[in-house]
Amino acid sequence: MNLDDLYQEIILDHGRKPRNHREMPDATHGAEGFNPMCGDRIKLTLRVADGRIEDAAFTGCGCAISQASASMLTQAVKGQSVGQAEDLFSRFHRAVTGKDAPEGDLGCLEALLGVQQFPNRVKCATLAWHAMREALEGPDA
Amino acid sequence: MRTVTTLYDLRAVRAEFPALGQEVHGRRLAYLDSAATTQRPRAVIDAVARMMGEDNANVHRGVHALSQRATDAYDQARSTVARFVNAARDEEVVFAKGCTEAVNLVAHSWGRANLRPGEAVLLSAMEHHANIVPWQMVAEATGAQVEPIPVTDEPTLDLDWLEIRLRQGGVKMVGVKHVCNATGTVNPVGEMARLAHQHGALILVDGAQALAHEPVDVQALGADFYAMSAHKVYGPMGAGALYGRHDLLKAMPPWQGGGDMIRTVSFEGSTFGGLPNKFEPGTPNVPGVVGFAAALDWLVATGLQAVREHEEGLRRQATQRLEAVHGLRIVGTAPGKAGVLSFVMEQAHPHDVGTILDLHGVAVRTGHHCCMPLMDRLGVPATTRASLAAYSGEDDIDQLVEGLEHVARVFA
Repeated sequence: MNLDDLYQEIILDHGRKPRNHREMPDATHGAEGFNPMCGDRIKLTLRVADGRIEDAAFTGCGCAISQASASMLTQAVKGQSVGQAEDLFSRFHRAVTGKDAPEGDLGCLEALLGVQQFPNRVKCATLAWHAMREALEGPDA
Repeated sequence: MRTVTTLYDLRAVRAEFPALGQEVHGRRLAYLDSAATTQRPRAVIDAVARMMGEDNANVHRGVHALSQRATDAYDQARSTVARFVNAARDEEVVFAKGCTEAVNLVAHSWGRANLRPGEAVLLSAMEHHANIVPWQMVAEATGAQVEPIPVTDEPTLDLDWLEIRLRQGGVKMVGVKHVCNATGTVNPVGEMARLAHQHGALILVDGAQALAHEPVDVQALGADFYAMSAHKVYGPMGAGALYGRHDLLKAMPPWQGGGDMIRTVSFEGSTFGGLPNKFEPGTPNVPGVVGFAAALDWLVATGLQAVREHEEGLRRQATQRLEAVHGLRIVGTAPGKAGVLSFVMEQAHPHDVGTILDLHGVAVRTGHHCCMPLMDRLGVPATTRASLAAYSGEDDIDQLVEGLEHVARVFA
């Protein structure tokens, strides 16, 4: 287990200064991710128009991994179609749980794959992603 | 010249715990998670193995030799627990899976039979979920109300509030943990029992964290009910007990039905057995209960007072060491504390702290400690908790501090 793989500089940076960490009054979709084991709570909000994610943001607090993952998610899906975001979710999820080698380019998200070596931290990295999927599958989708 | 012989033989104590001799991630294990569960001494492991390997038979059923041995061991264990907490009679001890089941027994048996709409159960705001959720379920069924007893920032309980609330009337039960698992606060259980009784209420004490660290005398405390978990006091998981005052237990209806708890059964109706069988349906966890008794015997033989003094000295020393770590703040500064060091670091979330400590071989608990209402009150989503036991030593604290300094470097 290598700590440097888990806490890469980009993760520490997103953890310290999460991007899109704000409320979104005109959100069209939203869901809360809650990890009852640790009490980490993330509220993810999206503004979707014509099948495209125009804006993504989150609030809540948690560990460096969950915050960095949420922050990087909002950057990654902004501007993508709903279909692209859902595809990214499944590729990221398979890669982070160690099921598959990453398919295609995960971009910055590859920095989060260090959690593979730390099974009890995988949930931290996927918290915001599950919230995004729930938000997209919600009644407004 | 007088020889001082109060030196605590830590090395000898540790040698009795096989799990402590291992390495984790290439480092010696520094087990600082005893409030979650303690490790088990050889005496307990052997007692459980003997029960399974030699005396194994069902209890209270057979006339054969093994059944008699198993029954004797089981009944002997009840006496051991009764003596340890100074119960007036053995049958005041009802075996259960642990504190959670013990609290559920009181809530579902006593609560459903005695709570009326509008009456109140007061629970300290620092209660573990195990002493909140069963009461909420019973309140829902009976129309009674659950009200929190407020806590201060330290946290300690607001006894003035308690007294005023009791005086207003309608309170039937007060529930409180003897020692707080999240912060180490030792609550004034005796004083609370006196107040509750003055106003016609009963008191249920969750003793999960106390049994291994504090003297427990249920009669001196005035506890009506006292819940225990074996695995928090060097015994096996899945075993524990409820102490209940004899007249209360006698008047309470059974809450689970089955074999071994009945006097007669017919399809027209059944009659129930006496204490404690009425509350112990089905085949019990005999190896667990025997291990529980072996654990209490081990603690008495090691010296309750000596263990307590050792832990207290180490806790004071560790508090000073932790306060010197950059960005660290101790959560839980009550004047009376037992065995628990809960803290937050301004740079890093407890989960990140826990992961880095694990790589240093240090086992701690991170999270809300099943005390979400208390965490909300203290304004922290989670803490890191290092907790002490008879086998904890300065080297564990050295390793903890070394790990925390590493955390401070990573999250500088």
